[in-house]
Amino acid sequence: MFTGVITIFFAAVLTHNIALSYILGMCPFISLSRNMKTASGMGFSIIFVVTVTAMINWPIYHLILVPLHSEIIAYIVFMAVIAATVQLLEMIMEKFFPVLEASFGIFLPLITVNCIVLAVSLFMVLRDYGYIKSVFFALGTSVGWTLAIVIIAALREKLRLVGDVPKGLQGPGITMIIAGTLALSFIGFSGIVGIK
Amino acid sequence: MSILNTLKKLTYAKGVRILLNGVWKDNPAFGMVLGICIALAITNRVENAIAMGAGVSFVLVATSFIISSLRNIIPSRLRIITYMLVISSFVIIVDNLLKAYFPVISKALGPYVGLIITNCIIMGRAEAFAMKNNVLYSALDGLACGIGYTSTLILLAAVRETLAFGTVLGIAVTPAGWTNWVVLAMPPGAFFVFSIYLWITRTIAKIETDCGG
Repeated sequence: MFTGVITIFFAAVLTHNIALSYILGMCPFISLSRNMKTASGMGFSIIFVVTVTAMINWPIYHLILVPLHSEIIAYIVFMAVIAATVQLLEMIMEKFFPVLEASFGIFLPLITVNCIVLAVSLFMVLRDYGYIKSVFFALGTSVGWTLAIVIIAALREKLRLVGDVPKGLQGPGITMIIAGTLALSFIGFSGIVGIK
Repeated sequence: MSILNTLKKLTYAKGVRILLNGVWKDNPAFGMVLGICIALAITNRVENAIAMGAGVSFVLVATSFIISSLRNIIPSRLRIITYMLVISSFVIIVDNLLKAYFPVISKALGPYVGLIITNCIIMGRAEAFAMKNNVLYSALDGLACGIGYTSTLILLAAVRETLAFGTVLGIAVTPAGWTNWVVLAMPPGAFFVFSIYLWITRTIAKIETDCGG
Protein backbone atom coordinates (compact mmCIF):
# COMPACT_ATOMS: atom_id res chain seq x y z
CA MET A 1 0.00 0.00 0.00
CA PHE A 2 2.62 2.47 1.18
CA THR A 3 5.17 1.47 -1.46
CA GLY A 4 2.42 1.59 -4.12
CA VAL A 5 1.68 5.19 -3.24
CA ILE A 6 5.35 6.18 -3.28
CA THR A 7 5.83 4.42 -6.62
CA ILE A 8 2.93 6.33 -8.16
CA PHE A 9 4.31 9.62 -6.87
CA PHE A 10 7.78 9.11 -8.37
CA ALA A 11 6.41 7.64 -11.59
CA ALA A 12 4.27 10.75 -12.04
CA VAL A 13 7.22 13.07 -11.34
CA LEU A 14 9.95 11.36 -13.37
CA THR A 15 9.04 8.54 -15.73
CA HIS A 16 5.56 9.71 -16.70
CA ASN A 17 6.13 13.45 -16.42
CA ILE A 18 2.97 15.15 -17.61
CA ALA A 19 4.74 17.93 -19.51
CA LEU A 20 7.51 15.92 -21.11
CA SER A 21 5.93 12.55 -21.82
CA TYR A 22 2.22 13.38 -22.15
CA ILE A 23 2.86 16.89 -23.55
CA LEU A 24 0.14 18.59 -21.53
CA GLY A 25 -0.02 22.05 -19.96
CA MET A 26 1.93 23.59 -22.84
CA CYS A 27 0.31 27.06 -22.99
CA PRO A 28 1.71 28.35 -19.68
CA PHE A 29 4.78 26.23 -20.34
CA ILE A 30 5.66 28.52 -23.23
CA SER A 31 4.27 31.86 -22.12
CA LEU A 32 5.33 31.77 -18.45
CA SER A 33 8.76 30.17 -18.72
CA ARG A 34 10.56 33.43 -19.42
CA ASN A 35 11.93 33.72 -15.90
CA MET A 36 12.28 31.57 -12.81
CA LYS A 37 10.07 33.68 -10.56
CA THR A 38 6.90 33.50 -12.68
CA ALA A 39 7.60 29.85 -13.52
CA SER A 40 7.82 28.78 -9.89
CA GLY A 41 4.81 30.95 -8.95
CA MET A 42 2.68 29.24 -11.57
CA GLY A 43 4.11 25.88 -10.53
CA PHE A 44 3.09 26.24 -6.90
CA SER A 45 -0.41 27.45 -7.82
CA ILE A 46 -0.77 24.40 -10.09
CA ILE A 47 0.35 21.98 -7.36
CA PHE A 48 -2.30 23.42 -5.06
CA VAL A 49 -5.19 23.50 -7.52
CA VAL A 50 -4.50 20.09 -9.09
CA THR A 51 -4.31 18.33 -5.74
CA VAL A 52 -7.42 20.02 -4.34
CA THR A 53 -9.54 19.36 -7.45
CA ALA A 54 -8.47 15.70 -7.55
CA MET A 55 -9.49 15.38 -3.89
CA ILE A 56 -12.96 16.77 -4.72
CA ASN A 57 -13.48 15.12 -8.13
CA TRP A 58 -12.75 11.56 -6.97
CA PRO A 59 -15.63 11.32 -4.45
CA ILE A 60 -17.98 13.16 -6.84
CA TYR A 61 -17.25 10.67 -9.63
CA HIS A 62 -17.21 7.47 -7.61
CA LEU A 63 -19.88 8.26 -5.00
CA ILE A 64 -22.36 10.30 -7.05
CA LEU A 65 -21.93 9.84 -10.81
CA VAL A 66 -21.19 6.08 -10.87
CA PRO A 67 -24.13 4.99 -8.65
CA LEU A 68 -26.46 7.18 -10.75
CA HIS A 69 -25.04 5.78 -14.04
CA SER A 70 -24.40 9.28 -15.32
CA GLU A 71 -20.68 9.00 -16.16
CA ILE A 72 -21.52 10.61 -19.50
CA ILE A 73 -21.72 14.09 -17.94
CA ALA A 74 -18.38 13.65 -16.13
CA TYR A 75 -16.66 16.29 -18.33
CA ILE A 76 -19.19 18.99 -17.44
CA VAL A 77 -19.07 18.12 -13.75
CA PHE A 78 -15.26 18.10 -13.65
CA MET A 79 -15.07 21.48 -15.38
CA ALA A 80 -17.65 22.96 -13.01
CA VAL A 81 -15.71 21.69 -9.99
CA ILE A 82 -12.44 23.08 -11.36
CA ALA A 83 -13.91 26.50 -12.12
CA ALA A 84 -15.62 26.66 -8.73
CA THR A 85 -12.49 25.56 -6.86
CA VAL A 86 -10.34 28.17 -8.56
CA GLN A 87 -12.90 30.88 -7.84
CA LEU A 88 -13.16 29.80 -4.20
CA LEU A 89 -9.39 29.69 -3.78
CA GLU A 90 -9.13 33.18 -5.17
CA MET A 91 -11.70 34.46 -2.67
CA ILE A 92 -10.12 32.65 0.30
CA MET A 93 -6.67 33.96 -0.60
CA GLU A 94 -7.97 37.48 -1.05
CA LYS A 95 -9.62 37.41 2.39
CA PHE A 96 -7.03 35.60 4.52
CA PHE A 97 -3.71 35.68 2.67
CA PRO A 98 -3.50 38.99 0.82
CA VAL A 99 0.29 38.78 0.48
CA LEU A 100 0.06 35.36 -1.17
CA GLU A 101 -2.77 36.62 -3.35
CA ALA A 102 -0.67 39.50 -4.60
CA SER A 103 2.03 37.14 -5.87
CA PHE A 104 -0.04 34.14 -7.05
CA GLY A 105 -3.34 35.87 -7.82
CA ILE A 106 -2.63 36.59 -11.46
CA PHE A 107 -2.08 32.89 -12.23
CA LEU A 108 -5.31 31.61 -10.75
CA PRO A 109 -7.76 32.54 -13.57
CA LEU A 110 -5.33 30.96 -16.08
CA ILE A 111 -5.44 27.64 -14.26
CA THR A 112 -9.13 26.99 -15.02
CA VAL A 113 -8.34 26.44 -18.67
CA ASN A 114 -5.08 24.61 -18.06
CA CYS A 115 -5.28 21.11 -19.47
CA ILE A 116 -3.36 19.36 -16.72
CA VAL A 117 -6.02 20.06 -14.09
CA LEU A 118 -8.66 18.30 -16.19
CA ALA A 119 -6.15 15.71 -17.41
CA VAL A 120 -5.35 14.55 -13.88
CA SER A 121 -9.04 13.96 -13.17
CA LEU A 122 -9.48 12.09 -16.47
CA PHE A 123 -6.38 9.90 -15.97
CA MET A 124 -7.47 9.10 -12.43
CA VAL A 125 -10.82 7.83 -13.73
CA LEU A 126 -9.31 5.98 -16.74
CA ARG A 127 -6.74 4.15 -14.62
CA ASP A 128 -9.21 3.36 -11.86
CA TYR A 129 -7.10 4.63 -8.94
CA GLY A 130 -8.32 4.50 -5.33
CA TYR A 131 -8.64 7.70 -3.29
CA ILE A 132 -5.17 7.77 -1.68
CA LYS A 133 -3.51 6.77 -4.96
CA SER A 134 -5.42 9.51 -6.81
CA VAL A 135 -4.27 12.18 -4.37
CA PHE A 136 -0.64 11.10 -4.64
CA PHE A 137 -0.91 10.82 -8.41
CA ALA A 138 -2.25 14.39 -8.54
CA LEU A 139 0.50 15.63 -6.24
CA GLY A 140 3.21 13.84 -8.22
CA THR A 141 1.91 15.03 -11.57
CA SER A 142 1.82 18.67 -10.52
CA VAL A 143 5.24 18.48 -8.83
CA GLY A 144 6.60 16.94 -12.05
CA TRP A 145 5.11 19.74 -14.14
CA THR A 146 6.59 22.36 -11.79
CA LEU A 147 10.00 20.67 -11.98
CA ALA A 148 9.90 20.75 -15.78
CA ILE A 149 8.82 24.41 -16.09
CA VAL A 150 11.42 25.58 -13.54
CA ILE A 151 14.21 23.75 -15.41
CA ILE A 152 13.07 25.25 -18.73
CA ALA A 153 12.86 28.75 -17.24
CA ALA A 154 16.37 28.42 -15.83
CA LEU A 155 17.72 27.27 -19.21
CA ARG A 156 15.97 30.16 -20.99
CA GLU A 157 17.48 32.66 -18.55
CA LYS A 158 20.96 31.26 -19.23
CA LEU A 159 20.30 31.21 -22.98
CA ARG A 160 19.41 34.88 -22.98
CA LEU A 161 22.91 35.73 -21.70
CA VAL A 162 24.79 33.92 -24.44
CA GLY A 163 22.23 33.09 -27.09
CA ASP A 164 22.01 34.37 -30.62
CA VAL A 165 18.68 32.82 -31.60
CA PRO A 166 17.41 33.16 -35.21
CA LYS A 167 14.40 35.46 -35.47
CA GLY A 168 11.77 32.92 -36.50
CA LEU A 169 12.83 30.63 -33.69
CA GLN A 170 12.64 33.15 -30.87
CA GLY A 171 10.04 32.66 -28.15
CA PRO A 172 7.94 29.53 -28.66
CA GLY A 173 10.32 27.88 -31.14
CA ILE A 174 13.41 27.82 -28.96
CA THR A 175 11.35 26.82 -25.91
CA MET A 176 10.12 23.79 -27.85
CA ILE A 177 13.69 22.79 -28.72
CA ILE A 178 14.75 23.09 -25.07
CA ALA A 179 11.69 21.06 -24.05
CA GLY A 180 12.55 18.39 -26.64
CA THR A 181 16.09 18.05 -25.33
CA LEU A 182 14.77 17.85 -21.78
CA ALA A 183 12.22 15.21 -22.85
CA LEU A 184 15.05 13.17 -24.38
CA SER A 185 16.97 13.26 -21.12
CA PHE A 186 13.85 12.34 -19.14
CA ILE A 187 13.57 9.17 -21.24
CA GLY A 188 16.67 8.13 -19.31
CA PHE A 189 14.49 7.76 -16.21
CA SER A 190 12.18 5.22 -17.85
CA GLY A 191 12.31 1.80 -16.27
CA ILE A 192 13.11 3.10 -12.78
CA VAL A 193 9.49 3.03 -11.66
CA GLY A 194 6.38 2.02 -13.53
CA ILE A 195 2.91 3.44 -13.22
CA LYS A 196 0.23 1.07 -11.81
CA MET B 1 -11.33 43.91 -66.21
CA SER B 2 -14.72 43.44 -64.64
CA ILE B 3 -13.75 39.94 -63.52
CA LEU B 4 -10.65 41.35 -61.89
CA ASN B 5 -12.73 43.96 -60.13
CA THR B 6 -15.14 41.35 -58.83
CA LEU B 7 -12.24 39.25 -57.63
CA LYS B 8 -10.74 42.25 -55.89
CA LYS B 9 -14.05 43.05 -54.24
CA LEU B 10 -14.36 39.44 -53.17
CA THR B 11 -10.98 39.46 -51.45
CA TYR B 12 -12.08 42.44 -49.44
CA ALA B 13 -15.43 40.91 -48.58
CA LYS B 14 -15.57 40.20 -44.88
CA GLY B 15 -16.33 36.51 -45.22
CA VAL B 16 -13.31 35.78 -47.39
CA ARG B 17 -11.07 37.85 -45.16
CA ILE B 18 -12.19 35.88 -42.12
CA LEU B 19 -11.42 32.61 -43.90
CA LEU B 20 -7.97 33.75 -45.02
CA ASN B 21 -7.12 35.11 -41.58
CA GLY B 22 -8.11 31.93 -39.83
CA VAL B 23 -6.14 29.70 -42.17
CA TRP B 24 -3.00 31.80 -42.57
CA LYS B 25 -2.44 35.03 -40.64
CA ASP B 26 -4.11 34.06 -37.39
CA ASN B 27 -3.52 30.36 -37.84
CA PRO B 28 -4.16 28.97 -34.36
CA ALA B 29 -1.10 26.74 -34.28
CA PHE B 30 1.79 28.89 -35.50
CA GLY B 31 0.27 32.39 -35.44
CA MET B 32 -1.21 32.38 -31.99
CA VAL B 33 0.57 29.24 -30.68
CA LEU B 34 -2.64 27.96 -29.13
CA GLY B 35 -3.88 24.42 -28.61
CA ILE B 36 -0.45 22.91 -29.00
CA CYS B 37 -0.81 20.26 -26.29
CA ILE B 38 -3.08 18.31 -28.59
CA ALA B 39 -1.12 19.26 -31.70
CA LEU B 40 2.02 17.73 -30.21
CA ALA B 41 0.59 14.78 -28.37
CA ILE B 42 -1.57 13.05 -30.98
CA THR B 43 0.31 13.77 -34.22
CA ASN B 44 2.30 10.52 -34.30
CA ARG B 45 -0.19 9.04 -36.80
CA VAL B 46 -2.09 10.75 -39.62
CA GLU B 47 -5.38 9.01 -38.84
CA ASN B 48 -5.30 10.37 -35.27
CA ALA B 49 -4.59 13.86 -36.63
CA ILE B 50 -7.57 13.71 -39.01
CA ALA B 51 -9.93 12.48 -36.30
CA MET B 52 -8.73 15.09 -33.82
CA GLY B 53 -8.84 17.87 -36.42
CA ALA B 54 -12.40 16.99 -37.37
CA GLY B 55 -13.42 16.86 -33.71
CA VAL B 56 -11.87 20.24 -32.88
CA SER B 57 -13.36 21.85 -36.02
CA PHE B 58 -16.83 20.56 -35.17
CA VAL B 59 -16.62 21.87 -31.60
CA LEU B 60 -15.24 25.21 -32.86
CA VAL B 61 -18.04 25.80 -35.38
CA ALA B 62 -20.79 24.63 -33.02
CA THR B 63 -19.50 26.65 -30.05
CA SER B 64 -19.02 29.81 -32.12
CA PHE B 65 -22.54 29.41 -33.48
CA ILE B 66 -24.17 28.95 -30.06
CA ILE B 67 -22.13 31.61 -28.25
CA SER B 68 -22.73 34.12 -31.04
CA SER B 69 -26.48 33.53 -31.02
CA LEU B 70 -26.56 33.94 -27.24
CA ARG B 71 -24.11 36.86 -27.14
CA ASN B 72 -26.72 39.45 -26.12
CA ILE B 73 -28.10 37.42 -23.21
CA ILE B 74 -24.88 36.10 -21.65
CA PRO B 75 -23.98 38.26 -18.62
CA SER B 76 -20.35 39.28 -18.96
CA ARG B 77 -19.43 38.06 -15.47
CA LEU B 78 -20.68 34.57 -16.25
CA ARG B 79 -19.32 34.29 -19.76
CA ILE B 80 -16.33 32.03 -19.03
CA ILE B 81 -18.48 29.43 -17.29
CA THR B 82 -20.99 29.63 -20.16
CA TYR B 83 -18.23 28.93 -22.70
CA MET B 84 -17.13 25.99 -20.57
CA LEU B 85 -20.61 24.46 -20.40
CA VAL B 86 -21.25 24.85 -24.15
CA ILE B 87 -17.81 23.48 -25.07
CA SER B 88 -18.07 20.53 -22.66
CA SER B 89 -21.46 19.54 -24.09
CA PHE B 90 -20.14 19.43 -27.65
CA VAL B 91 -17.01 17.55 -26.58
CA ILE B 92 -19.19 14.91 -24.95
CA ILE B 93 -20.97 14.51 -28.31
CA VAL B 94 -17.65 14.13 -30.16
CA ASP B 95 -16.34 11.68 -27.57
CA ASN B 96 -19.39 9.44 -27.84
CA LEU B 97 -19.49 9.60 -31.65
CA LEU B 98 -15.84 8.51 -31.79
CA LYS B 99 -16.46 5.73 -29.26
CA ALA B 100 -19.42 4.44 -31.27
CA TYR B 101 -18.07 4.62 -34.82
CA PHE B 102 -14.26 4.68 -34.55
CA PRO B 103 -13.43 2.67 -31.41
CA VAL B 104 -9.78 2.10 -32.44
CA ILE B 105 -9.06 5.80 -32.93
CA SER B 106 -11.00 6.65 -29.79
CA LYS B 107 -8.75 4.28 -27.83
CA ALA B 108 -5.60 5.73 -29.39
CA LEU B 109 -6.64 9.30 -28.55
CA GLY B 110 -7.62 8.31 -25.00
CA PRO B 111 -8.05 11.24 -22.60
CA TYR B 112 -7.02 13.74 -25.28
CA VAL B 113 -10.57 13.84 -26.68
CA GLY B 114 -11.83 15.10 -23.33
CA LEU B 115 -9.00 17.61 -23.28
CA ILE B 116 -10.48 19.40 -26.32
CA ILE B 117 -12.45 21.26 -23.62
CA THR B 118 -9.32 22.98 -22.38
CA ASN B 119 -7.96 23.59 -25.87
CA CYS B 120 -7.50 27.35 -25.71
CA ILE B 121 -8.37 27.87 -29.40
CA ILE B 122 -12.07 27.25 -28.83
CA MET B 123 -12.42 29.53 -25.85
CA GLY B 124 -10.11 32.06 -27.49
CA ARG B 125 -12.30 32.29 -30.59
CA ALA B 126 -15.48 32.46 -28.48
CA GLU B 127 -14.07 35.36 -26.47
CA ALA B 128 -12.27 37.20 -29.28
CA PHE B 129 -14.72 36.72 -32.14
CA ALA B 130 -18.08 35.06 -31.41
CA MET B 131 -19.00 37.49 -28.61
CA LYS B 132 -18.67 40.44 -31.01
CA ASN B 133 -19.92 39.19 -34.38
CA ASN B 134 -23.11 37.83 -35.90
CA VAL B 135 -23.93 34.14 -36.16
CA LEU B 136 -22.90 33.59 -39.77
CA TYR B 137 -19.49 35.26 -39.49
CA SER B 138 -18.79 33.50 -36.18
CA ALA B 139 -19.51 30.07 -37.63
CA LEU B 140 -17.31 30.96 -40.61
CA ASP B 141 -14.51 32.07 -38.30
CA GLY B 142 -14.82 28.79 -36.40
CA LEU B 143 -14.59 26.87 -39.66
CA ALA B 144 -11.56 28.86 -40.83
CA CYS B 145 -9.68 28.29 -37.58
CA GLY B 146 -10.70 24.64 -37.69
CA ILE B 147 -9.26 24.25 -41.20
CA GLY B 148 -6.06 26.05 -40.23
CA TYR B 149 -5.64 23.88 -37.16
CA THR B 150 -6.48 20.61 -38.92
CA SER B 151 -4.02 21.32 -41.73
CA THR B 152 -1.28 21.89 -39.17
CA LEU B 153 -2.11 18.63 -37.40
CA ILE B 154 -2.09 16.63 -40.65
CA LEU B 155 1.17 18.19 -41.82
CA LEU B 156 2.95 17.45 -38.52
CA ALA B 157 1.53 13.93 -38.44
CA ALA B 158 2.56 13.24 -42.05
CA VAL B 159 6.16 14.24 -41.33
CA ARG B 160 6.32 12.29 -38.08
CA GLU B 161 4.61 9.15 -39.36
CA THR B 162 6.72 9.01 -42.52
CA LEU B 163 10.01 9.34 -40.66
CA ALA B 164 9.08 7.28 -37.60
CA PHE B 165 7.18 4.36 -39.13
CA GLY B 166 7.78 4.74 -42.88
CA THR B 167 4.03 4.88 -43.53
CA VAL B 168 1.22 7.36 -44.17
CA LEU B 169 -2.26 6.16 -43.14
CA GLY B 170 -0.80 2.68 -42.86
CA ILE B 171 0.56 2.61 -46.45
CA ALA B 172 4.31 2.19 -46.78
CA VAL B 173 5.89 5.24 -48.47
CA THR B 174 9.60 4.92 -47.76
CA PRO B 175 12.04 2.87 -49.90
CA ALA B 176 13.08 -0.59 -48.79
CA GLY B 177 15.90 -0.64 -46.29
CA TRP B 178 14.66 2.57 -44.64
CA THR B 179 15.61 2.83 -40.97
CA ASN B 180 12.74 4.14 -38.86
CA TRP B 181 13.50 7.21 -36.74
CA VAL B 182 11.54 5.89 -33.77
CA VAL B 183 12.36 8.92 -31.62
CA LEU B 184 10.08 11.06 -33.79
CA ALA B 185 7.06 9.05 -32.64
CA MET B 186 7.99 9.82 -29.04
CA PRO B 187 7.49 13.14 -27.19
CA PRO B 188 10.98 14.58 -27.97
CA GLY B 189 10.28 14.11 -31.68
CA ALA B 190 7.03 16.02 -31.30
CA PHE B 191 8.87 18.96 -29.76
CA PHE B 192 11.60 18.98 -32.41
CA VAL B 193 9.28 18.67 -35.43
CA PHE B 194 6.98 21.36 -34.06
CA SER B 195 9.82 23.79 -33.40
CA ILE B 196 11.12 23.38 -36.95
CA TYR B 197 7.56 23.88 -38.24
CA LEU B 198 7.26 27.05 -36.13
CA TRP B 199 10.63 28.30 -37.40
CA ILE B 200 9.65 27.86 -41.07
CA THR B 201 6.10 29.20 -40.86
CA ARG B 202 6.92 32.15 -38.62
CA THR B 203 9.80 33.16 -40.87
CA ILE B 204 7.52 33.06 -43.93
CA ALA B 205 4.59 34.77 -42.20
CA LYS B 206 7.02 37.28 -40.61
CA ILE B 207 5.62 36.86 -37.12
CA GLU B 208 7.97 38.18 -34.48
CA THR B 209 7.61 37.86 -30.76
CA ASP B 210 8.69 40.51 -28.34
CA CYS B 211 9.91 37.95 -25.86
CA GLY B 212 13.64 37.37 -26.12
CA GLY B 213 15.42 34.04 -25.84
